[in-house]
Amino acid sequence: MAANPMTQFEVYRIGPEIKIGAFDISFTNASLFMVVSSLAILLIFNLGAKKNSMLPNKIQLLAELSYTFVSKMISDTAGSKAKPYFAFIFSLFMFVLFCNMFGMIPYTFTVTSHIIVTFVLAAFIFIGVTIIGFIKHGFGYLKLFVPSGVPIVLLPLIVVIEIISYLSRPISLSVRLFANMMAGHTMMKVFGGFVISLGIVGGWLPLTFSVALTGLEILVAFLQAYVFAILTCIYLNDALNLHH
Amino acid sequence: MIKKFFFQLIFLYLFFSKEVFAAESGGMPQLDPEFWVSQVFWLTLVFGTLYIVLSKLILPKISANLELRKSQIQENIEAADNQRKDSELKLKEYDDVISKSKLESKNFFNDTKEKTLKTINVKRDLLEKQIDEEIKKAENEIDQLRKSAPQKINKIAIETSSEILKNLIGAEINNSSISAIVDDLFKKNGGKYYGN
Repeated sequence: MAANPMTQFEVYRIGPEIKIGAFDISFTNASLFMVVSSLAILLIFNLGAKKNSMLPNKIQLLAELSYTFVSKMISDTAGSKAKPYFAFIFSLFMFVLFCNMFGMIPYTFTVTSHIIVTFVLAAFIFIGVTIIGFIKHGFGYLKLFVPSGVPIVLLPLIVVIEIISYLSRPISLSVRLFANMMAGHTMMKVFGGFVISLGIVGGWLPLTFSVALTGLEILVAFLQAYVFAILTCIYLNDALNLHH
Repeated sequence: MIKKFFFQLIFLYLFFSKEVFAAESGGMPQLDPEFWVSQVFWLTLVFGTLYIVLSKLILPKISANLELRKSQIQENIEAADNQRKDSELKLKEYDDVISKSKLESKNFFNDTKEKTLKTINVKRDLLEKQIDEEIKKAENEIDQLRKSAPQKINKIAIETSSEILKNLIGAEINNSSISAIVDDLFKKNGGKYYGN
């Protein structure tokens, strides 16, 4: 009985050990599920984009609805200037969503439940958004830290708070996704463990909880992908349209 | 009640699985840096590939499909609008024709009615005139007859009287004396019989 709820997050090598210099870049179960998720995305959207009929079939409708969903999300939060970043945000949303959803299948590995993965994504977004902000506004981008209409006395304090909040963006973004996924999967594992240990007599109650949690976790999987994408849009909005 | 039972379950679970937990190494595998480099490497590779393929190959196609459908639908809507306008125009024309012909037929009916009435009146007038003439003629005839009636009656009376006298007396009496008597009588009593 693998009762430890954390064993599901263990990364192990699949195939031979690959090393570049001192770095171990072996293919692992995490890499496998990244590849599986990406292939699933590419397969579905390639099928959905293949032929254009006046009345779309189910897979085409799925692809087109996703396209319009993400496109609307971006234009609502970041405006029309964010159009060049549509492909990136679309890929990001789909990647996170598919990784989360593949993690919901029993005995699979959840890529997004690893802080290093979410942190790399968030750090990339943070650095990218900062570069875009400086390219668009030059040093005027620093005005982001100076909100208008604040009394002079409070200004030093506010600027410090703004800078801290800006710098903590990649951490909050990555930890939110990672913690949600890890907590959900751990909880499901714990309840699954209850079912086993209480057996046929007492296992029914945790089983019911497990079923309910599965539904909740599917919701969380979607919601976290959505939140990740929409926060990226909001950060992008700050960089593109300087409001402060 | 359920809550209490639930906590008992947790307690039981912890009690039974204590040994198993103790046997395994604790901690989060996420914080073990052994495969961090590998994960970062594969994430960059896979996500980069995904981004390039999506942005260069798949998303433009979906976008083009959506645009095409949008324009096609717009075109169809426009065509439908044009046809609707056309049919409305035709309907108006049809209505016009119908109302026009209705008016025409009404006029024609009225004309014909008037004409017929005129003809009837003319004919009736003619007929009445004829009838009047006939009546006048008949009245004249009657008048003449009435005028000549006393003379004839007188004549008959004279002849009858002379005949009766002849049979009674057996002698011829001069007609002129009888006629003088009859005339005398007629003058006296004629008004009683002929009223005018």
